[in-house]
Amino acid sequence: MRTKGMRRIAALLLTAALLLLSTTAFAADGLQTRYTYTYDYWFDIRESPDAYRVKTVLNSTMLGLDKPMRSPQGMFVSGDYIYICDTGNNRLLEVKHENSEYKLVRVIDTVIGGTPENFSTPQDVFVDKAGNIYVCDTNNNRVVMMDKDCNFIKSYEKPTDETFDQNLSFLPSKLVVDVSGRVFALCKNVNKGLIKYEADGEFTGYIGANKVKFDMIDYIWKLFSTKEQRSKQESFVPTEYDNIYMDKKGFIYAVTATFAVEELLSDTANPIRKLNAIGNDILVKSNVRQPPIGELDWAEDADINGPSRLIDITVLDNETYVALDRVRGRLFGYDTRGIMFWAFGGSGNSDGYFLNAVAIDHMGNDLMVLDSIECSVTIFTPTEYCNLIYTANDQYLRGEYDASADTWREVLKLNGNYDQAFIGVGRSLLRQEKYGEAMEYFRYPRDWKNYGEAFRLYRKEWVEQNIGWIFALVAAAMVVPLVVGKVKKIKAEVNKS
Amino acid sequence: MTAMSRKRPAILDKQWWSRYGASLRFAFYCLLHPFDGYWDLTHEKRGSMAAANTIMFFVLLTRILTLEFTNFQFMSVNWEYVNVFQECLSLLLPLIVFVTANWCWTTLFDGKGTFKDIYVGMCYSILPYPLIQLPLILLSNVITTEEGAFYYVFAALSLIWAVYLIVIAMMEIHDYSVGKTFLFTIMSLFGMLIIIFLLLLFLSLISDAISYFVSLYREIVFRLF
Repeated sequence: MRTKGMRRIAALLLTAALLLLSTTAFAADGLQTRYTYTYDYWFDIRESPDAYRVKTVLNSTMLGLDKPMRSPQGMFVSGDYIYICDTGNNRLLEVKHENSEYKLVRVIDTVIGGTPENFSTPQDVFVDKAGNIYVCDTNNNRVVMMDKDCNFIKSYEKPTDETFDQNLSFLPSKLVVDVSGRVFALCKNVNKGLIKYEADGEFTGYIGANKVKFDMIDYIWKLFSTKEQRSKQESFVPTEYDNIYMDKKGFIYAVTATFAVEELLSDTANPIRKLNAIGNDILVKSNVRQPPIGELDWAEDADINGPSRLIDITVLDNETYVALDRVRGRLFGYDTRGIMFWAFGGSGNSDGYFLNAVAIDHMGNDLMVLDSIECSVTIFTPTEYCNLIYTANDQYLRGEYDASADTWREVLKLNGNYDQAFIGVGRSLLRQEKYGEAMEYFRYPRDWKNYGEAFRLYRKEWVEQNIGWIFALVAAAMVVPLVVGKVKKIKAEVNKS
Repeated sequence: MTAMSRKRPAILDKQWWSRYGASLRFAFYCLLHPFDGYWDLTHEKRGSMAAANTIMFFVLLTRILTLEFTNFQFMSVNWEYVNVFQECLSLLLPLIVFVTANWCWTTLFDGKGTFKDIYVGMCYSILPYPLIQLPLILLSNVITTEEGAFYYVFAALSLIWAVYLIVIAMMEIHDYSVGKTFLFTIMSLFGMLIIIFLLLLFLSLISDAISYFVSLYREIVFRLF
């Protein structure tokens, strides 16, 4: 009788456990609950509280457009204004953020005084501090610059320099402009890097070209292949960038999606780069095991698999950079050291999911993502959780270590699986010279680098505190055998005599 | 005397214990005097099966303690995927297969050692592993990665020493020359591959046979009822 009851209870518990399991994997609407996540040391996905929530989605109807958007490709945010490149309709949309509403200000479809006056599949737009608008007017083969009232100022044409192959048509697709008015443009079919123009419109060369890598195996292979085979093979072509962004300090962040998977695995692909003035990649990657490459769990058996193909990047004012993955429609946020803060997003039709995300930008800490199939701009706003992370990070960078540790502890209350929070608390404790405690915080996320540092200092401190005992022990270890030996000797001599 | 000891359980036999102790201590002698030691081990019967098993037990114990207590700076173990029995088997199985393969070859090519001799010799040869790795666990917890060279040097030393001892042990136990020892060590490794291949083949054939009879049974059941 008793065993029967026990068995029934066990069965009930089992069913309850099964039910729980099935509900945690999928929410009631059938969508995965894994929206925001981070990785632990073992590359396992750890669910996390939402870092960003959808604030609103701007589409053609909401903006009150008489002619709906068609495959928009580019977006730029300047102050309170969002500029959307409505590529398919050859026009720009200017949207203003006012009183927490987004309103269409004007539609720009002509350059007054330009030749020609209209656009042809414009792919990107940039607005400088003075309000001048730069447009990558792709099929008109020009980058056009106009003032804020759309009066033509100048255009940047195909370079006549011999370094530019004159047989190629000039198809600028993305651009950024620095504070002194230099224009950096990405062109289709150009793999020498970014095309650079001085403020006066003169072409002055390329920056950020990929180093051509020499591969011994490829070379030997080519020695033995016939001419036809060789022509079929891909030549040593440096990768092209897919998008660029200029941060507040004038560094260009570039993303590329053309790489071999093996390069990504050996961390030589560098899909995210930070280019300095002479075009060298200076992106910091302090976590060697998990470099900033987007998705780490490639889910070979899933519908969407393989590595992330990053399509755009934006850098927040606190130097957090957010990369957008075209394949999965996901956003990956990294801190200045290249360590992932969070990842979220997905592929799909609901708000916060994308069909073909193409561009990302930010307004304050809000993130905006342009989807070229849905023809919409999704605006995300950070949650309390994400704001805490940003605050903690800023406090640490400003040197407020006590405050930073407290904020990271707040983060830990919201997400106990968050390795970065442990490391954050640990780093602050390390700066406060609380080495023993810091070690505990580094142990959990297995941050052996910081742990080693904390431990070295802890050990030093310990030795300094106990130096008396250590010396006494060492001395004892040396003296006692001596004395014992002497005593034995004397005893032996006494016995002899 | 033999009749006496056979009747009395070993655990109560004082003589057995003293012999066991002596054979265990002899393992330490073999560490530093391998040529002399391994000759005496089998030819003078100074080793024992019990001592060999004890060393084996300590090797397995050391392996598990290493996994658990080595500082994460030097060894990252994801316990979610660790099976203690699997870890033990991953040490034991290759050893047993090697001993078997070695025995197979050497009995054919006038090696003097029996299967038991080879096993005992092997176990005595891997004594450096627990001897060095156990203190290394402690060491790993008082040094940082910057000083990790000490750790890695000693860890490598424990293995190199063991391999060296194994080669010497095989040489002395079988009374082989150096060249012949190396030849048969390599042949043993090759023999291991053959044994593993045969085992896998056997297992897959057996599982095929079983699945055949299972499907036959199902077919009959579905047709008749």
